[in-house]
Amino acid sequence: MATAAHAHDEHGHEHDHHDHKPNFVNRWLFSTNHKDIGTLYIGFSLIAALVGIFLSLLMRIELQEPGMQIFADGQMWNAYVSAHGLIMVFFVIMPALIGGFGNWFVPLMIGAPDMAFPRMNNISFWLLVPAFLLLGASLFIGGGAGAGWTIYPPLSDDTYQTGPAMDLALFGLHLAGASSILGAANFITTIFNMRAPGMTLHKMPLFVWSMLVTAFLLLLAVPVLAGAITMLITDRNFGTAFFDPAGGGDPVLFQHLFWFFGHPEVYIMILPAFGIVSHVVSTFSRKPIFGYLGMAYAMVAIGVVGFIVWAHHMFQSGIDVDTRAYFMAATMVIAVPTGIKIFSWIATMWGGSMKFDTPMLFAIGFIFLFTVGGVTGVVLANAGLTQILHNTYYVVAHFHYVLSLGAVFGIYCGIYYWMGKMSGRQYPEILGKIHFWLTFVGVNLTFFPMHFLGNQGMPRRYPDYPDAFAGWNLVASVGSYISVAAFLMFFYVLFVTFTRGAKAAANPWGEGATTLEWQVSSPPPFHSFDELPRIR
Amino acid sequence: MTPKPEARPQDAGLARRNRRMLAGAMTVVAGMVGVSFAAVPLYDLFCRVTGYNGTPMIGAAAAPGAGERVLTIRFNANTQPDLPWRFGPVSPTMPLRVGEEGVAFYRAVSTGARPSTGISTYNVTPEVVGKYFHKTACFCFEEQTLQPGQDVDMPLAFWVDPAIAQDPNTRDIRTITVSYTFFRSLNDAERAGALASAGPHVGRRPNPTP
Repeated sequence: MATAAHAHDEHGHEHDHHDHKPNFVNRWLFSTNHKDIGTLYIGFSLIAALVGIFLSLLMRIELQEPGMQIFADGQMWNAYVSAHGLIMVFFVIMPALIGGFGNWFVPLMIGAPDMAFPRMNNISFWLLVPAFLLLGASLFIGGGAGAGWTIYPPLSDDTYQTGPAMDLALFGLHLAGASSILGAANFITTIFNMRAPGMTLHKMPLFVWSMLVTAFLLLLAVPVLAGAITMLITDRNFGTAFFDPAGGGDPVLFQHLFWFFGHPEVYIMILPAFGIVSHVVSTFSRKPIFGYLGMAYAMVAIGVVGFIVWAHHMFQSGIDVDTRAYFMAATMVIAVPTGIKIFSWIATMWGGSMKFDTPMLFAIGFIFLFTVGGVTGVVLANAGLTQILHNTYYVVAHFHYVLSLGAVFGIYCGIYYWMGKMSGRQYPEILGKIHFWLTFVGVNLTFFPMHFLGNQGMPRRYPDYPDAFAGWNLVASVGSYISVAAFLMFFYVLFVTFTRGAKAAANPWGEGATTLEWQVSSPPPFHSFDELPRIR
Repeated sequence: MTPKPEARPQDAGLARRNRRMLAGAMTVVAGMVGVSFAAVPLYDLFCRVTGYNGTPMIGAAAAPGAGERVLTIRFNANTQPDLPWRFGPVSPTMPLRVGEEGVAFYRAVSTGARPSTGISTYNVTPEVVGKYFHKTACFCFEEQTLQPGQDVDMPLAFWVDPAIAQDPNTRDIRTITVSYTFFRSLNDAERAGALASAGPHVGRRPNPTP
């Protein structure tokens, strides 16, 4: 322990520098080890994904043909749609990308022995579990919380969502928000204070950069959501009128507050995926990332501009034409740093010695599908077009292309890339490739037809539709069944990996993988970097 | 908690820096929560000061005197279903010279069996004229209580700033619509039990309370 830096000298459990693991309860329930907490987050995210994907499967069964199939009424439909959205955002994508990969690899990549506040890290994770249970419970109480993931009043007030279901969901969001805020503070402190000597900010791996920007977005955005839902809760239960015009309130104010959080939130979900994809593209092209500084500051720019475009979600909420012109222009500006990233990834691949292993397939899939989603995003940024497309399936297609296909491909990309590192066993390549193609076909078949449905005017958030929309809805439903099969196959891939996977070397990817996590064994020792690494 | 055998000064330094960073982060969080609550009065203030989204100017500023241009003022009225009133303008339109003070009346008739209190929200369209539309007196500034069957004429006094003819965004506007939406005041709704009558159902509006 000659030169070890110890940030976590207040461990509850015994702590020495031998690779000495605590017993099961101490290791997994009272965990303070960043790798174990990362594993917990990823496991949690997989379980939540089972629930979230099951809900979407029910939705696609309902929409497979016109008429009411399995849902009792619109309220039940809305409750399921809302739960699907909230679960996917707060309990699948964020835990996997931020809590999971962030906890696992930020300390490893910057050469830190652990996160700055290991016990706070534990609280962050365990706040998420009751949050998920509260949100899940809301589905089964009364009519559920059917106000959409955007929980706009008056739909979310006590006139339209009676009973405690909505309150449970709101409280669940509060807990999830607290979890994110604590996690974000932890990441910021870790990244600023605990980098190994020589690891300047401008030498930090891009994944760490992405987590740093994400953490700042969380810190600034999530408290605004907390404020807004606190007002909503008091409006519902304690007779205040923040959003009730009868008492002098304004429901549009909620939309402003929500989207001031909600727009940065979409970047919170995608930035870590940007980081992962940068590593994977560089590794499998055997080239350093093209335009490293441009890539890092493009993420910073996306984060900054992301805070001043929120009202493009509210073009139909009665805001005046000059305001719409501003928000439209500001929104389109975001395409510039995003374009820098896309082109830099392509330039990294250009002339590289490329290998198309599963992580690379997911990374290229990400780049392609995220670009499709980005293009429809620029279309939707036009206030005039949004007049027609607002709340149609075109919007649904757009945000599923950037999130369901973008962020989720980023998660898969990270899991396959780091599978050997995290578990010590390499996934079977052929199964990984089959999983990729099954997912790719499934999700595109599900979401691409939604562009057509939206252009034809099919509105969101209804369990039924006119017969004219039947054809593409059937295609989308078939696509979703393929996607669900692909997701189940992923569990089979995990099973095969854990039982029969080949032992992974410290660096299974060869010379392209240059970041610090590849210098420790696979899986890394329980306490890594007790000896500080030196960065040239 | 086992005491560390060899506590090095750099560890204490790192722990202190970490705590300071955490305190900073939590200050940011507290600040953002504060800002989100501060947004409630600030948003209201912003609309009132700038006339944003058709918020008319309120105040005792006197009309400067009639100008040349003649505008048509239209009157619109809405009533929330849980307020048992018939509410509408006495005359649907009136001509008004810019800079001249106009007076108009709305009529409200209570159809309820009990006294009821309403409060209205208001705005003007096109939204860009908010900052040129001045209200000097209006029934909408305070709550109105009607006895069962009572019938009242409620006045408003207003004038339009002649500067409307100079602003390129507003100079082609010839018609301004003044709109009111009456809500049952929360206190009254509570007294009448209308809030409690929201009922066990979901997704439907409650029936108006008699």
